[in-house]
Amino acid sequence: MSTRIELQEKDYSDLFPVGEDLQSQIGGRRRREGLARILFMVVLIVAISALATLLYTIINAAFGMTAIINTVEPDTIVADVGHDPEETGLADLTYDELVVVLEGSVTNNVGRRLERDQRFYEDRFVFENEATWSEICASSQPPTGCDAAPRDKSNVLQLVNERVVEPDVVKTWELIPSLFEREAIEAEIRSEEFQAANPGARPEFRAWLNWQFVTSPQSPNPETAGVRTAILGSLWVIALTVLFAFPVGVGAAIYLEEFARPNRLNQMIQTNINNLAGVPSIIYGMLGLAILVRVLEPITSGSFLGEGGSATENGRTIISAGLTLGLLILPVVIIASQEALRAVPNSMRAAGLALGATKWQTIRKHILPAAMPGVLTGSILATARALGETAPLVVVGASTFIITDPSGPFSKFTVLPIQIFQWTSRPQDEFRNIAAAAILVLLILLIVMNATAVFLRNRYSRSN
Amino acid sequence: MTAEARSVAVPAPFKKRRRVGETLIRGFLFACGALSVATTVGIVVVLSQQALLFFLDDEVTFAEFFSGTSWQPAIGQFGIWPLVLATLMVSVIAMVVALPLGLASAIYLSEYASQRVRAVIKPILEVLAGIPTVVYGYFALTFMTPMLRSIFGVSNVEIFNQASAGVVVGILIIPLISSLAEDALHAVPSTLREAAYALGATRLEVATRVVVPAALSGITAAFVVAISRAIGETMVVAIAAGASPKNFTFGDDSLFGYILNPFEAGETMTGHIVRISGGDVSYNTIDYNSIFAIGLTLFLVTLGLNMLSRRFVERFREKYE
Repeated sequence: MSTRIELQEKDYSDLFPVGEDLQSQIGGRRRREGLARILFMVVLIVAISALATLLYTIINAAFGMTAIINTVEPDTIVADVGHDPEETGLADLTYDELVVVLEGSVTNNVGRRLERDQRFYEDRFVFENEATWSEICASSQPPTGCDAAPRDKSNVLQLVNERVVEPDVVKTWELIPSLFEREAIEAEIRSEEFQAANPGARPEFRAWLNWQFVTSPQSPNPETAGVRTAILGSLWVIALTVLFAFPVGVGAAIYLEEFARPNRLNQMIQTNINNLAGVPSIIYGMLGLAILVRVLEPITSGSFLGEGGSATENGRTIISAGLTLGLLILPVVIIASQEALRAVPNSMRAAGLALGATKWQTIRKHILPAAMPGVLTGSILATARALGETAPLVVVGASTFIITDPSGPFSKFTVLPIQIFQWTSRPQDEFRNIAAAAILVLLILLIVMNATAVFLRNRYSRSN
Repeated sequence: MTAEARSVAVPAPFKKRRRVGETLIRGFLFACGALSVATTVGIVVVLSQQALLFFLDDEVTFAEFFSGTSWQPAIGQFGIWPLVLATLMVSVIAMVVALPLGLASAIYLSEYASQRVRAVIKPILEVLAGIPTVVYGYFALTFMTPMLRSIFGVSNVEIFNQASAGVVVGILIIPLISSLAEDALHAVPSTLREAAYALGATRLEVATRVVVPAALSGITAAFVVAISRAIGETMVVAIAAGASPKNFTFGDDSLFGYILNPFEAGETMTGHIVRISGGDVSYNTIDYNSIFAIGLTLFLVTLGLNMLSRRFVERFREKYE
């Protein structure tokens, strides 16, 4: 009782504020609190608007008005081969009709060159004749057309577009002005001044991301270029990456979590994996270049199988790229799988062993299935990362320009991110547009992969 | 125990059978783990070997490499400073952007946000983290650069410049800082927070005077990892920062007008590696070997930073777990 009175009597104002000072201090603190809250909201809005701006920039460039000049209008071509342009489009023509169109429009020299690259028909020639063909194929450097399969329809359609229609985009507008100021843009294109500089130009709303873009091979003209080779290349590379990284990564995780005793060696492996996860991706590219491309060239070029031949005389192949990315995502797969294995309760291990199962039987039948959702999610996310990787593949040696589809692990390759990188680096506007379209394709692929991860995780966790 | 002794002592049904399959599987699994060590060894050997060839070349001296301010392989000048300086410039700008934004969003998510807000914000940050870096490169060149040019004047800002690349690298590492820092804030025991609230502290005071200091080592670890990521980032700088080294001479070039001017073009270490190796460089030329010397420098710096960050993480683990 006496101490309490003593406390009340003592003056604490030099230690902390009392009375009015206290009130004003509390007010100040509350104001700071409110300010901080606003500041945090602003920061969040900035972070979110970064994402919004990113998507806006890409979509804005992937669609929009263009001023386009066709050397020959597609409708004229369709009418020339005897179809009604109202009903039939260029893409609806048959293979034979397209070849006829091509035959009637390109010079014999160009035609022969095209045929030497790749034949039009297995059994007959369009531009070449039998005698010269067998002569050049017997020469020391036969052209690719001698053993390649004949062209298919999308390929010839591309040729018709490139060589006959020859669309030339002379000016492009972004999506937003195209939507809201369409009339002004059309008026500008039709104006005498514009027509004088670009005779025959007509306005066209162009979705740079369209079906033709997805199914056409690469081309030097942005108007007819597509990403088919790049998509197939990406899928091939990713398939090899997964085939390598998934079993090895899960195996390493099982070893570290289930078998490894905590000795020096195993601790070193663990530390090493953690450190590897932080190594910049470009360093893996250099590893791939020096080991896979150069030292293991006889294997990665496919020459040990007698494959490849003239097409790939070096190790800059799909398998080198796939294994490089495999090494890159390996630490991520291992760490994710370890976490999933660690989450499996110990009672499960004990139960398996108590029933007389061997260690491996317990792991295979009980622990691994239980850990599978986590393992799969981690692995798919890592694979998604590999799908977007660019730098290591530039170093490993992606081809800058290929138009033939990859045919196996020993083909030369290009992948979507590389294609985006190259198109972005070009100064012309149209290449920016197709780069944006290619980015959308890549993002769609990534969304599909992530959705698969979520789907698999849900399915597995329900069945267990 | 020898095989003989066992066959005498243990009755047949309980004899431990040798399981060849199990041993093989164990061996395979160990090989999987050991492959990661082989990868590291491979990286170190490959980088050092080619870097050694580079330094053994007559045109190159060790001293010039680490002190020279001009990188012009065509005339035999190999000073790494222009590349290092551009790398540092981009990383510093990136950290200036990413540190406050990343830390603030971590604090907001950990200390302020309701479950509903978190459920919206976290996926957005994850999406940002999942976008390929080449897309950020496109963003830097087609959005950030024109924006900087319209703000600071077309004549002041070059088409390829380090500022644009730096800002975009910063945006790219916000999710990394935010998620690592949030983990660290989350690991702070809630008793500390409750004690502070009981004393009448506001949320801001709890966050800045109790939680952040308690999680400081974890937050530092996040920063260090982010710096390492910014240094190793490649595609954004390859696309937006410039495609030739910004050579300089002290005294002749103005320090802030040129050497340290973020609006000038400049090639970073990673950007240089990509440009040289993208052009089908032939093996065993000095160009080929030089990128491995740069790669080795890059590897050692990032490895050092990552190990440092691991130290910090271990410190905050010890404290609260």
